[in-house]
Formats: sequence, structure tokens, C-alpha cells
Amino acid sequence: MSWISTSAAEQAEMLSVIGVTSMDDLFAAIPPELRSRSWDIPSGRSEMAVRDYLKSLAARNDSSRVSFLGGGFYDHFIPAAVDALAARSEFYTAYTPYQPECSQGTLQSIYEYQSAICRLTGLDFANASLYDGGTAVFEATTMAIRLTGRERVACHPSLNPLYRRMLETHLLNLKLEIVEGDNPEDSACVIVQNPDFRGTAADYTALGAQCHAAGALLIVSFYPISLGLLKTPGEMGADIAVAEGQSLGIPLNFGGPYLGVLATRRAHVRKMPGRLVAETSDAQGRRGFVLTLQAREQHIRREKAMSNICSNEALCALRALIYMTLLGREGLREVAQQCHSKAEYLKSQLPAASILNTGPTFNEFTVRLPRSAEDVVVRMAGRGYLAGLPLAALGVGGSNDLLIAVTEKRTRVQLDAFAQALEEECS
Amino acid sequence: MQLIYEKSRPGCRAITFDPLDVPTATMPPQLCRVSPASLPEVSELDVVRHFTNLSRRNFGVDSHFYPLGSCSMKYNPKLAEAVAAEPGFAGLHPHLSSDRAYLPQCQGALQLIYETERLLAEIGGMHQVSLQPIAGAHGELTGTLLIAAYHRARGHPKDTILIPDSAHGTNPASAAIAGFKVVEVPSNGDGTIHLNAFKGVLTASVAGVMLTCPNTHGLFEPDVRRICDLAHEVDALTYYDGANLNAIIGQCRPGDLGFDVMHFNLHKTFATPHGMGGPGAGPIGVGERLEPFLPGPRVVPRDDAYALEWPERSIGRIAAFFGNFMIAVRAYAYMLHLGAEGLKQVSEHAVLNANYVHARLKDVYLSAFPARFMHECVLSAAPQAKQGVRALDIAKALLDFGLHAPTVYFPLTVKESIMIEPTETESKATLDAFCDAMLQIAERVADDGQRLREAPTSTPVGRLDEVRAAKELNCAC
Repeated sequence: MSWISTSAAEQAEMLSVIGVTSMDDLFAAIPPELRSRSWDIPSGRSEMAVRDYLKSLAARNDSSRVSFLGGGFYDHFIPAAVDALAARSEFYTAYTPYQPECSQGTLQSIYEYQSAICRLTGLDFANASLYDGGTAVFEATTMAIRLTGRERVACHPSLNPLYRRMLETHLLNLKLEIVEGDNPEDSACVIVQNPDFRGTAADYTALGAQCHAAGALLIVSFYPISLGLLKTPGEMGADIAVAEGQSLGIPLNFGGPYLGVLATRRAHVRKMPGRLVAETSDAQGRRGFVLTLQAREQHIRREKAMSNICSNEALCALRALIYMTLLGREGLREVAQQCHSKAEYLKSQLPAASILNTGPTFNEFTVRLPRSAEDVVVRMAGRGYLAGLPLAALGVGGSNDLLIAVTEKRTRVQLDAFAQALEEECS
Repeated sequence: MQLIYEKSRPGCRAITFDPLDVPTATMPPQLCRVSPASLPEVSELDVVRHFTNLSRRNFGVDSHFYPLGSCSMKYNPKLAEAVAAEPGFAGLHPHLSSDRAYLPQCQGALQLIYETERLLAEIGGMHQVSLQPIAGAHGELTGTLLIAAYHRARGHPKDTILIPDSAHGTNPASAAIAGFKVVEVPSNGDGTIHLNAFKGVLTASVAGVMLTCPNTHGLFEPDVRRICDLAHEVDALTYYDGANLNAIIGQCRPGDLGFDVMHFNLHKTFATPHGMGGPGAGPIGVGERLEPFLPGPRVVPRDDAYALEWPERSIGRIAAFFGNFMIAVRAYAYMLHLGAEGLKQVSEHAVLNANYVHARLKDVYLSAFPARFMHECVLSAAPQAKQGVRALDIAKALLDFGLHAPTVYFPLTVKESIMIEPTETESKATLDAFCDAMLQIAERVADDGQRLREAPTSTPVGRLDEVRAAKELNCAC
């Protein structure tokens, strides 16, 4: 099987133009002793057979249960127009817009995405995208280190524990100190997450002021949908805001591709990693868009670049832009309001004493069950639910603690039935 | 074209939701934003028409030939898009892998991860593969972190990585971000690594050597085995940058050449679409020496089910879950369809096409190197530049033929470089149309230079003022 477009006759003609007699001659530079020692690859299969096989694998996964699983990744509704527009091959089969004249679709959409992120976060500049929320935390941290010249990083316990682990791994070979907490003294930055991993929403404005007084930066990792209601990183005085953008119209995808969001203040833009698009014009005065400040990037600056990032998640950024455009000013607020209200309703249907969050929560909260969260999850799966995330598995809670997320997709009927089922499975 | 924000009309909406069926809850005001984010207020048709028209201002592989050197812009089969749309993959929550209680509900995904890793391991001649790195450069960073972990575990931390001057910029950037000092190895006049210069910088402090083979000049490194052997003699590990794997797939394998660690660019070699710059995926392969250090968790077959385990000396988590899983789904479908023979044909026709283009153009544009090119060829527009038409002008003039430009000014080692990678999926007719256009442009250099310097004229905008863009820095509205 192949997607080769050349006929046998054309192949012979091409070989003769090159001046060789066989396809093997083309590989004369690879000596026989360096040829593959093994090639144990199955024979090609038809499109129909491959689709059937992958369909059979997909069928062994469960994406049909009523989900209360969150933990940084959420089951939001995705309007049909997001899929329809992002499926245009003029978008998904294009390359990085290094030739701006034939990439204005890409470049304008990135400019509009950057604008949407700035409007969402209350910050001045957003880059064209990073890989995901976890690597965005890492990139923001190295950016803060470059900006401050300091080698200590304060990591607040609110941060997603997976991102904390990723940060430790990425910084493994650098002489840096990662400390737990929010003390900005001698630190490059304090990294916080809002709402925190266990669901509690807070205002980090005072911490931002403390950071600035101590010469440190405040990095806020946020949940994009929550900004339909919650105070923005900009309003809290954050220097860098980062996010996992999955909730903005990107499917759960078993972990990727997702979208790394990063925004910052004007003063810091030249130390920002990732691509950046700016508006300009051509000789005839027509508006156009180009990649700018490329001297920050690896293809120009090599080992002195702000980051090693090359490919990013532009197609996911496009999805996020289309999603935010479809929702608009009022729609984003409404989704956030629905998520929050439905989560509050579910809380009201559960025993008050079981809820561990002491402060307000947005759409996610932690309950302490009367028995092992893992046991309950298994029982609830049998009743058609993904009941939530047992926190012990990630090392951030007791064995009976369960993190429950509610999105706008859940109905009152589902919430009532879930509360009832949870009570029965716990008793 | 107007910005979507310029089409906004107060009160207009595209998507509405069912009325709230529970009481409205109120967040404490001190935790709330002052005013809603000023996102566009438009109808669904406004949105659909806006983005449909924006898409028409792009060249994509489906609509245009895209001979970008170093990028492997091959056709992206629709089979891959179809399998990626399966709800059992796209709708799957990643935290199903975070707790053993949920593992029975993602067995198909874990099986796909395991089988894709095994297939890539055989293709690369590697012992194990991890799908976790999210992009090629992320694979490089992971690989260099593994090299650092290896030396630390042996009690001899080393601080230097050797990288040829022809390497992609990501190599030195990744090594530097991992905390290494980068030492550049110069090329010979023939475009391959200067072996004596390499020996000169290969000291006991060298932790690893990063190579691209064929290199970014499109040439197979004749001393590749010798370089790996010499590195191993001083206990330096060897890294294979898989960006150019399309040239050798099925012909030779990085593991057999002597490499300890490599990354695959699934979006290049395995035909998952480039998506305007991403998402891609950069799985890494390792030999036995680095296996204990791999990022975790790993998918392993145990009894009747797939389980997750951590390697004994793992560097930790490089991704929250299993990297860009949906890109792996596409790549796996691609590999299963092509199979043993089809994958070999990929490199055969990639090399055939590049050499055909080279043969047709080499008498008019300067061939950068005398050796046989692999999957891409590097030409120089130095003769044309002497007459006032630079590589950039030629690239822009091609756009008026409805052809995407090749890569220009990379590799940095060749003056006025034009780097052409046609890929295996293009037909002879397309290659001929491209070569005819290149030759026609060359003929116009002497008499029609001014118009070439003003190209393109058929695109939605002409050449843009990059200085103004950087000065005004209007990056959001």
C-alpha cells in the first residue's frame, strides 16, 4: 500500500534524467554494512482493514459514561462549527507561516487568537501557542529566571501536581532550587494556580504585590472557562499567565494534542518564548500579518534562544479562537455561570460535611467519602459514571478524597441521579 | 480582510445554551472579573464565513505543492483524519490513566500506545520508544535529559554536547535548555562533518553528540558509524535527530548506525498534518543503556491487560500523560496501511523525487555539494544574486506560480541557499511544473529583475514590512 503518485514508466524516466539505472543506485551513499539489520514490520493493510482495526481499539475505550472527571481537563460542549472550520485542509495541511504572503489565513487567525487571549486574561501580549498547560508552566518559569536572573522558584501547592512533576523533570539538569510555598524572597517567581487543583478559587492580588516588592514575578496558571466569571490574572497583577487551553473547544484526546497558553505584560515580551504575530502592511498599504521578534527563537538564535520550541499547537489555537468567537462576550460568561451553578447545585445535594474546600469553588470541588475513592469510582463506573478523580493517585489527598468536576453539559436530572447513586455506593 | 473583532455587533450571538435548570449561584464579587472578556459578538454565519475566507488565504498541501526543505510536507492521508475522529479516542479523558481504578476503561488506547511504540522501535532499530515528548524539539530536550541522567548515574556528570554547524536550530537550543554547553563541529567543504575537527573537540567532558543523518545539506554522513564509535570510546552518547528520517526509512536504522537515543517527528515522516505549525509529536527511542531512565509512566502488557509502570531510574514526567496521543493514532494508521513495503517506498520515492529536481535544476542554480543528495537537495542562488535577484526573490516569485516556496537561507552554511524537499507523494507532473517555474524565473533574472524583486503580486498581500511590524509591535487588538 502507498500514497506514491509516480507510475513505473515515469519512475524509469526520472532515473534516466538523474543518470542512474535503479532505485538502489540512489542509496549508494549508505554502505551495505549500515543497512537495516531487521525489518520486522507487518505487511500493509487496506484503508478499510486499518479503519476496522482502529475502530476495534477505540471500542475498547469508554467515552460514553456521564463524566464528573476534571483535574485540569474538562468535558465541555464543542459547537459543530469548531470541528467544521478546523477541518478545512487549508488550515490543517499548511506549514508554519514563514511565507506570509501565502499564509495570511494562518497569520490573521493567530493575531486574532493572541487578541482573544489578551482580552481573556487582561494582559498585553500572548504568544501563538505552546504545547500544553504543563510545558507552559515550564516555559513561564524559565522566562521568569531570564527576567530576574534568580535561580529559585517558589511553587505554590495550588498547582496541578502533574505540572509540578513536569517542571521538576524539565529543570532536572539545571542548578535551580524549587521550593514549595509562596515566599517570593530571592525567588524568580511564585507559581500559583486558580482555581487550585482541589477546586478552591482565590484572589492572588496581595501575593502579586508581595512578589513585586521582592523583585519576583507572579505566574498564574488559570482555567480559561473560569475567566468567564473570575478575576483575571491581569487584574491580580500577574506578570505571566499560563493555561491549558483544552477547555476552549479542544476534545479530551486522551491527553493531547492540547494547547499551551502564555500571556504576559509589555515589559516582558522580548523574553517571551514562542512565535508571535504582528500587524503590518505591504507596499500598497494593505493590512497584513507577519511573524515578528523572531530573533528570540531557535532557528535564528540557536543555543541562545528563549526556548527550543519549534512546532507549536497552532491548529489547537485556531480551535480555541473559533470556540471563543462562537461563544462571544456573553456566551463565555454564560458557560462559566452554568458550570459554577451546576457544581454548586451538586454540592448542595451531597452531605455538607463531606466537602473539604473551605473557600468558594468554581466548578470543581473535593469530597471525603466514607470509603475508598477508588472503590467508589469502580462501583460508580458500573452505574454509568466517571465519578471523579481519586486524589491519592496523584499524591495530593487521602485515599477517600475524590475531586468532582461539573460542566455545562450536565443536567439537573443527571446531577440528582449522580448524587443519589453516590450516596448509595458509599453507604 | 476585516478582523473578526471589527465584525462585532453588540448583542449578537452564535451559540446559546439551554436555560439554567438549577438555581443561579453567585461567586463572591471580590473573586470576579470587573467586566466580561470583550470577545466578538457575531452570528454563526459570520464566524463560518470569516474563517472559511481566512482559510482561502493559505497554501496547504491539499491545494499546493510545498517543497519546503527540512519539513517533509507530504500528503496527509484522509484515513488518518478519519480514525482520529473516533469518539473512543477523541472523547477519552486522560485522567483515566491516572488511577488504576480507571485503567479497564482505556485499554484500547493503552494498547494503541504500546503497539505504536513497538512499531516505531523496530523502524528506528531502538530498544524502547516513549510517545511522551510532545514535539520534535521536546523529544530533543527529553533525549538530552536522558543523556544527563545516564552520566549522573555513572557518577561522572559531563557538561558538553557536540553539534554540527549544519544542525537544525532546535538541537543547540534543546541542549542549552537542558543545561549543557554547546560546542559546534564544523562541516567539510563537501557538506559533511569534518572528522578531524570532531576528534579535536571530543574530550572527556562531552556528554553526547547530536547528529542529523542525512544532515541538513541532504547528505548521508559517510563517517556516521565512525563518529558514533569515537563518541562511545569517551563514554559520550549519540543522539539521532529524526527530522530527516524520511530519507532512510526502511533502508537503514539509527539504532544499527550506533545511536543511543533518537526522536521521531511523527508530523514529518508519518504524514500527520502540520496544522499551520503544529501539533506534531516527537516520540523518542532509546537503546538498552538509557531504558532505565525513560520518562514515565510506561504502558506494559501484563497478564490479560495493559498496565502502567515506572522505569527504575526514570527522569520523571515529561508530559502530563502520553504526549500528543491523537497524533500517534494518525501515525499508527499510516504505518499500518503502508506496512513493510510501503514504508520502504517512502524513502525510495522521496530520494528519487529530490534527485530528479536536482538533476533538472543543477545547471542553472548552483549545486551546493557534489555528492548524491538524499530526500532533499540544496541549491544556491549565488549566480542569480550576483545579478541582483536573491534566493528570497526566487521564493516569492514561485508563489505567483501557485507553488509554495522552498526553504531559503537554511542551512546557514550555504550562501543564498534554496533547500528543496519534494517528498515521495508528489507526481512527476508536479515536479516538472515546479522545475519549469524555477527555470523560467532564472531566465528572467537578467532582464526582469525588478519585477522578481516585487513578487508576489497574485497573493492577497505583497511583501510585508517586517521592520514596521517589529517596531510597532501591534500583536493584539
